Amino acid sequence: MPPSPSRSRTWPTVFLFLAPAIALLLLIYGYPIARSLGLSLMTQNLGTQLEPQFSGLGNYGRMVGDGRFWHTLGNTAVFTIAAVTIELVLGLAIALLLHRKFWGRGLVRTIAILPWALPTAVMAVGWAWIFNDQYGVVNDLLQRLHLISGPINWLGDPALAMVSLIVADVWKTTPFVSVLLLAGLQSIPDDLYEAHAIDGATPWQSFWAITLPLLMPQLAIAVLFRFAQSFGVFDLVQVMTGGGPAGSTETVSLYIYATVMRYLDFGYGAALTVVTFLLLVATVAIAIALLGRRGLRQL
Amino acid sequence: MTSSPPRRSPAIAFTLAIVLLMIFCLAPVLWQLITSIKVNADIETIPNIYWPSRQTLSHYAELFVRRPFFNYLFNSGFVAIASTVLCLAIGTPAAYSLARQPIPGRSLILGLILIVTLFPYILLFLGLLELARAFGLGNNYLALIVPYTAINLPLTILVMRSFFQQLPRDLEDAAQMDGYSTGQMLLNILLPLTLPALVTTGILTFIFSWNEFLFAFTFMTEESLKTIPVATAQLSGASQFETPYGPLAAATVVGTIPLVMLVLFFQRKIVQGLTAGAVKG
Amino acid sequence: MAILKVDNLNKTYSPKSIPVKNVSLTVKDQEFLTLLGPSGCGKSTMLRMIAGLEMPTRGRIWVGDRDVTPLRPGDRNMAMVFQSYALYPHMNVRANISASLRLRKLPESDVNQRLRDVSAKLGLDSLLDRKPSQLSGGQRQRVALARALVRRPEVFLLDEPLSNLDALLREQVRAELKQIFERQSAPVVYVTHDQTEAMTLSTQVAVLYDGTVQQLAAPSEIYHRPANRFVAGFVGSPQMNLLTLMCEGNFACLGAYKIPLPEPIARSPQAIPQTIVLGIRPEDVAVVEPASDRAIAEGHCFLIENLGTAKLLSLSIPHGDRDRLTLRALVPHDLPLPSDQISLHLPSDRLHWFDSQTGDRLG
Repeated sequence: MPPSPSRSRTWPTVFLFLAPAIALLLLIYGYPIARSLGLSLMTQNLGTQLEPQFSGLGNYGRMVGDGRFWHTLGNTAVFTIAAVTIELVLGLAIALLLHRKFWGRGLVRTIAILPWALPTAVMAVGWAWIFNDQYGVVNDLLQRLHLISGPINWLGDPALAMVSLIVADVWKTTPFVSVLLLAGLQSIPDDLYEAHAIDGATPWQSFWAITLPLLMPQLAIAVLFRFAQSFGVFDLVQVMTGGGPAGSTETVSLYIYATVMRYLDFGYGAALTVVTFLLLVATVAIAIALLGRRGLRQL
Repeated sequence: MTSSPPRRSPAIAFTLAIVLLMIFCLAPVLWQLITSIKVNADIETIPNIYWPSRQTLSHYAELFVRRPFFNYLFNSGFVAIASTVLCLAIGTPAAYSLARQPIPGRSLILGLILIVTLFPYILLFLGLLELARAFGLGNNYLALIVPYTAINLPLTILVMRSFFQQLPRDLEDAAQMDGYSTGQMLLNILLPLTLPALVTTGILTFIFSWNEFLFAFTFMTEESLKTIPVATAQLSGASQFETPYGPLAAATVVGTIPLVMLVLFFQRKIVQGLTAGAVKG
Repeated sequence: MAILKVDNLNKTYSPKSIPVKNVSLTVKDQEFLTLLGPSGCGKSTMLRMIAGLEMPTRGRIWVGDRDVTPLRPGDRNMAMVFQSYALYPHMNVRANISASLRLRKLPESDVNQRLRDVSAKLGLDSLLDRKPSQLSGGQRQRVALARALVRRPEVFLLDEPLSNLDALLREQVRAELKQIFERQSAPVVYVTHDQTEAMTLSTQVAVLYDGTVQQLAAPSEIYHRPANRFVAGFVGSPQMNLLTLMCEGNFACLGAYKIPLPEPIARSPQAIPQTIVLGIRPEDVAVVEPASDRAIAEGHCFLIENLGTAKLLSLSIPHGDRDRLTLRALVPHDLPLPSDQISLHLPSDRLHWFDSQTGDRLG
C-alpha cells in the first residue's frame, strides 16, 4: 500500500508543531532523570576530588544504613499524610460550601483561591512571622483566648514545627483541592439529587449515595497531585524552618539539596533522587491501578 | 452557572461557615499588610496591636530605596513573562498536534506528559544544575527561563489540547475547503478562537514561574539577578543581630500584590485552567 | 462544464472497519445526487473523501478530466455546506462569505460584486455586519449556503445542511434549496438520512448501507422499485410491510390465503425457494368488505394511529399454527371500521418480492 497522501501531506507540520515541545521536555525532564540514574552508580564527592568513580550499587547500599535518610523519609511521610488528609477533608467542605448559591458567591470564590496563587516561599516568610515565638500572632490569639498561659516556641519545638508546617501547607494548597472538587460537584446533574429526594432520601443520604461516589475521579486526581507535590515539598520547609530544629522537619528534598549543594556528594545525591523518583512513580502506579480503567479515562 | 440542589438549611450556620472561610483565606495576608505599615515599636509590642494608630511606609521605603526590590520585581516579571510567552509559543502548536493530527504513539506521549506534571522539581534539580554549569548559565536569565518554560509545558499542552478538542472540527474542515493552509488556519481561524484559552494558560504559567523557588534559589546567586521569592526568603538572614520584621512583612506584601491582582481579575480563568489541566487532560 | 466522477472509492481503517467499499458514482451538470442512508452507512466519509477532508485508501476522484485525488481540499474547486454550518465565530457575515475569495486573491471589485449578488439572492443584505452568534439558526444556514455559492465552484457538497433546523423551518429552507440549485448547473452531492429531503431535492438518489451503494436511481424508481429489502425498508414512511412467507408450489402462504408468486420465479419450479419476502407499502393495502372474494388476508386490528389525513391500522394476521404476522395499512381517516376483524386486499401490481437469503428484488 502506498503511503497515505494525508499523512505525507501533514507530516512536516506535525513534526514542526510537536518537535520543539518534545525536545524541551526531554532536555528538562528526560535528561535530569536519566543523568541521576547514571550518576547514582558513581561515587563523586569530595573524597574522590569530585571525579566520578564507578561504584555500582554502593550508594544504594549506603542509603540502607543512612539514619538521616530514613529520618527525612519519615518526616516527609508524616508531612504528606497529615497535610493531604486535612486538605482533602477541608477542601471537600469548602467545595460543598461554594457549590451553594448565595449572594456574593463570586467574590468568596475569588478569595478562596487566593492562597493557592501566592508564592509559597514568600508566604512561608509570612507564616514564620505568624508563628514567631516572641511577637507571633498565633501566640497572642491563644493567650487572649486563655488557651495557653505563656508564649510557645512553635518553630523551635520538633513536633510543633511540623504542626506549623502542616498548617501553612493546608492554608496554601487546600484551595487547589477545593477548586478541583467544586468542578466535580458542578458536573453532577441536579436531577440526580431531585430523583433521590423524591425517592425519600435526606441530603445526608444523598451526600453518601450520590455526591461522594460521583466525585471519586476528582478526589483521586486531587490526592494524586497533592501527594506528589507534598512528597517533594522544598520551598515551604526551607524558608520556614530550614529543616530544623535539629533536622526534625527535614524532608527528603531538603536532604537531597544539602547532599548536593552543601556536601557536594553528587553520586549520593543522585541515588537519593532516584529513590525519591521510584517511590513517587510506584505510589502513582498503585493509585492509578486502584483508580481502575474508568478513573484513568477521566485523566 | 449551574445551580445547587435547592436546600435552605440554617442560614446562620452557613453564613458563619462562609465568614470563617474568608478569615482563613485572608487573615494571614492581612496580618502581613498590617505588620508592614506598623512602626517598629508597635511591631514588637506584646500583646499584639491589631489596629495600629501610627502608620508608616518606611518598611516599603527600606525595600525600594536601600535594597534593590525594583530589581527583584523586574527579574521576577521578566523571567515569568518570557517563559510564559515561550511556553505558549511552543506548547500551543504541540497541543493542536496532539488534539487533531494523526500521531503515532499519541496516548503514550500524553500519558508521559500527564505523569511529568506530577514530578516535584527536586527530581530535576541535580540534572539541571549540571546542565546550567555545562552551558555556563549560572546567573543568567536563561537558566530560569528555559526550565520554567519546560516545567509549564505539560500543563499548557493539556489545557490547550482540551480547548482545541472542544472546538468543532467542522470549523477546521470549512477552513480547509475555503483554502486556508494549516499555518493560515492556525493563525487566522484558531488563534482568535483560542485567545481566551491562551489567556487562561498564560496566567497559570505566569503564576507558576513567578512563584518558583528552588531553581531561582540555586541558579541565581548574584544579588541583582534574584527573584522576589528568593530575595524575600533571604531577607531575614540579611542582618545577623536583628530580624527585620517590618521589611519582611512589606516584602511579602510586595511579592504577593501582582498575584492578588491576577486572582482578582482572572479568578474564573484560573479555575477554568486548573480544572481543564487536571480533570480533563 | 464539470462532471464529478468517483471511481472505485474505498476507505479502510482496519480489516474490520471499512466505511466505504469500492463505490463508483458519476454526477453530471444539472444533477443533484443525494447520498441517503442511516447513520454509519459511510455517506459522510464518502462526502469527506470527495471534499478532500479525508484521503481514500484506494480509488480516484475526477472533476471533468482533472484527477483531484491528491489535491488539498482548497485546491479542488469544490464548496461545502456543513451540518453545523461551521461559520467562523469571530468574523462577521461579510468576512465569512468572502474569506475564500480573498484567499484566492480575487480583485476587490469582484469580491464585492459576488458578495452583493449572493447576499441579494439569499436576503442577507441586512445581516452582513453581524457576527454568527447574533444570527438565528435559519440565518446561519443561509450564510453557510452563501459562503458556498459565492465561490461558484465546479462541485457543491452539502452535508446534512437541514438537520439542525426545526421542523417548520426545515420545510421552508428545503424548498429554497431546491430553487437555488435548480437555477445553477454545477453538480451537487447532498448527504442526508432524511428520505423526504432525498425525494424532494434529488435528481438521483444513491442509497448507501454498510459502505456500498444499494441502489442508484431516480427518486421515484427508488420508491416504486426498491432494488432490495434494505432499500424497501429504509425508504418510505410509514415503513413498507416486509413479511417472510413460506412457499408452496407457485404460491406464497399468508395464513390461510395463497398469493401467486411473480412470473420469473413461478416459471422455473426448481428455483422456487422455501421462503420468500413479500413487501407491500401500508398505503397500498386495501380494506375490503368482509368475505369479499377480493380478500386475500384477514386480520385483527389491534392499534389505530390517527395521522390526520389518514389512519394507520396495525393488524395481526394468523400465520401457521402459532405465529402471527403484523401488517400495517394506511387508510382514509374516515373509513368506517364496523369490526376489528378486517379483510384485506393486496393488489398484485403493488407487491414487491425479495429473496429471503440475499434480500435482492425478485421479478
